[in-house]
Amino acid sequence: MSAVIEEHHDDHDHKPTGIGRWLFSTNHKDIGTMYLCFSFLMLFIGGTLALVIRAELFQPGLQFIDPELFNQMTTLHGLIMVFGVIMPAFVGLANWMVPLMIGAPDMALPRMNNWSFWLLPGAFGLLIASLIMSLMGMGSAPNFGWTFYAPLSTTYGPDSTDFFIFSVHMMGISSIMGAINIIATIINMRAPGMTYMKMPIFVWTWFITAYLLIAVMPVLAGAVTMMLTDRNFGTSFFSAAGGGDPVLFQHVFWFFGHPEVYIMILPSFGIISQIVPTFSRKKIFGYSSMVYATSSIAFLSFIVWAHHMFTTGMPVATELFFMYATMLIAVPTGVKVFNWVSTMWKGSLTFETPMLFAIAFIFLFTIGGFTGLMLAIVPADFQYHDTYFVVAHFHYVLVSGALFGIFAAVYFWLPKWTGNMYDEGLGKWHFWLSTISMNILFFPMHFLGLAGMPRRIPDYNLQFAEFNQIASIGAFIFGFSQLILLYNVIKTIRGKSSEKATDQVWEGAEGLEWTLPSPAPFHSFTTPPTVK
Amino acid sequence: MSSSTNPDVYFIPEPSKWPVVGTIALTTTIIGAVTSIHSGAINLILPVGFLMIAYLFFGWFGAVIKESLADSYNPQVDKSFRIGMLWFIFSEVMFFAAFFGALFYARTIAVEWLGGAGNNAMTHELLWPAFDAVWPVMSNPDNTKFVPPKEIIEASGLPAWNTAILLASSVTVTIAHHALRANHRKPLIIWLAATVLLGCTFLVLQAEEYIHAYTELGLTLGSGIYGSTFFLLTGFHGFHVTMGTTMLLVMLIRSIKGHFTADKHFAFEAVAWYWHFVDVVWLGLFIFVYWL
Repeated sequence: MSAVIEEHHDDHDHKPTGIGRWLFSTNHKDIGTMYLCFSFLMLFIGGTLALVIRAELFQPGLQFIDPELFNQMTTLHGLIMVFGVIMPAFVGLANWMVPLMIGAPDMALPRMNNWSFWLLPGAFGLLIASLIMSLMGMGSAPNFGWTFYAPLSTTYGPDSTDFFIFSVHMMGISSIMGAINIIATIINMRAPGMTYMKMPIFVWTWFITAYLLIAVMPVLAGAVTMMLTDRNFGTSFFSAAGGGDPVLFQHVFWFFGHPEVYIMILPSFGIISQIVPTFSRKKIFGYSSMVYATSSIAFLSFIVWAHHMFTTGMPVATELFFMYATMLIAVPTGVKVFNWVSTMWKGSLTFETPMLFAIAFIFLFTIGGFTGLMLAIVPADFQYHDTYFVVAHFHYVLVSGALFGIFAAVYFWLPKWTGNMYDEGLGKWHFWLSTISMNILFFPMHFLGLAGMPRRIPDYNLQFAEFNQIASIGAFIFGFSQLILLYNVIKTIRGKSSEKATDQVWEGAEGLEWTLPSPAPFHSFTTPPTVK
Repeated sequence: MSSSTNPDVYFIPEPSKWPVVGTIALTTTIIGAVTSIHSGAINLILPVGFLMIAYLFFGWFGAVIKESLADSYNPQVDKSFRIGMLWFIFSEVMFFAAFFGALFYARTIAVEWLGGAGNNAMTHELLWPAFDAVWPVMSNPDNTKFVPPKEIIEASGLPAWNTAILLASSVTVTIAHHALRANHRKPLIIWLAATVLLGCTFLVLQAEEYIHAYTELGLTLGSGIYGSTFFLLTGFHGFHVTMGTTMLLVMLIRSIKGHFTADKHFAFEAVAWYWHFVDVVWLGLFIFVYWL
């Protein structure tokens, strides 16, 4: 049962039809589309949970939901956004763009590619079912925070925790297979002449991200497996009474968790590195230093995990090591920011929506990076730990970092995907509303955290009321602004009133993906292009 | 790089139902497993899930074997498979790394700290002053909650035999591979069969050891951190040996059927890689779990 694509094929666009096209797909574009749609759906679910949180926090005291449900909201918001939105969106973008950018017909392992995707609806089905059951009064959904620290998740976890554990296993299998596929594609499917140091930066960042995924997702699987046996089979990995240690959970979790942070930002770095040169009409400044900086960040990400655990009572020497190692990451990250800015220097800049999001990314992500440096300082972290300062920090890197990168990518490549230009006016509305409201939402959280407001609580002291109200107003504006994106994407796909996109789409665009027609044909390159 | 520059033909598989079957199978198994654990008795959903997984394996690998026999795979596909298998094994290494990490952490940090090492004198004094930090932990901080083992498995007994068996099996599979490359089918089948047999012997001895541990030594999953790390590390390794032996058995059947040629037998090589990986993990186990 195989199809061999011959060079002189009459009809390149013979798509399978009906629901089977999606269920049984072996096509990188269709699978990429499914990933992106899934991620978009999850964004609205995770976003709704965030709005429930912000509605509750609009005023001190308990208004809408009880603390038990509040805990489930923060937990599922985090899990859905990390594993259901950011990661699948990146894999979707890799699926769509990596074969186009390296001149391949498809991914290296197309059937496995489809399984990587279809595991996700299974995994999130289990997770979201536990929330629906909780709302119907049948037990609690996971309620221990997205980091599921022991013993909250072991001794005190609700019954649904066991479903959660297997759901994480499924996400892990999905990520590992996706990563293996991307590595095999990049090593083995590049067009003749496309040497490693000629690959677009987006391909490079995904190449490195894939190695991070293969290295740490199995460790996460190990962590949840130990949870499972501690909960159900009497082991004592995370129980001091049996000679184990709850802090061991944190070590294993953050050994996964910190590289995971870079898994969620490196592809965005790649996206920004495609967009900034395009709209500056210049080659990227410091291509090779971009590659080396990305590799350094990836390496360092394995030796900084305990900076999440400064308050657990580690020996001082250990804390110092992790503090300095963490601060080192600022160097390669600084190289990247410097290169983006230098690429724009004396460029012939225009400010279409992708470029706007890219510039906002550079500025706002850097703010998140600086607060990260503050958090890296051990004595300062004792004060900031588990406060809203941390919440502000990681939302600056994840919303205005990872998510803005994804938004930029969608606007940048949507014309290539659909053959139609998106509505630039709506794009700008989406950009300005998102960027302004995102700052209204998260900037006050810095002050709340510095003033001592702890995270993950449904109620707070009166003195925090004003900043919380401002944040909640920002949250609702930000949340509803995303409907503009939804409308714009649907409008572009339907394409009735859209301008048709040219093959190159953007004046300054360079790279193999822009040599293909818009929309890109069903099988990207049936014969390998030659790269000079 | 000649493989990736084949100018006129790419291989893309036809649409396939197996990924979706895989998801349904896994989700069913998970629902079966969790509901069984919660009710304390195995329900019907779990075996149905396992059957579906078996169906998935037969179907998916069957499709791949059919394609391979039909000569659909060009050198580029072969290379993709190799890269895929290599990095899959690496991900397995990282899975074991999590449990080895837990073992090292427990031995050198958790148990020591509970015994008052470092700046933890008051932890020791206030929580379990009677706890003595030695490895293996023969007396837990709370011996009512986690009943400690009476004895542990000595490295010199069955584990030493098992080490010899696995090392020998690595040799036999390599001899079989050489025979395959020289196109000698008979020695291939004999040495491969020997490898399968050694794998099975290992599993029987491992089962023997577990029964001994549970019934006579009081070493169980619930006997504190020693039992936890011991059973999860050796248990997951045993599971991998089971998978590896099954894979070897499939290779044996395929060798008997004459599926492999001297220059085209990636499935065999992949299984051999996997078998060596399982072997290396065992060496780690033998040294750090049983011996030291």
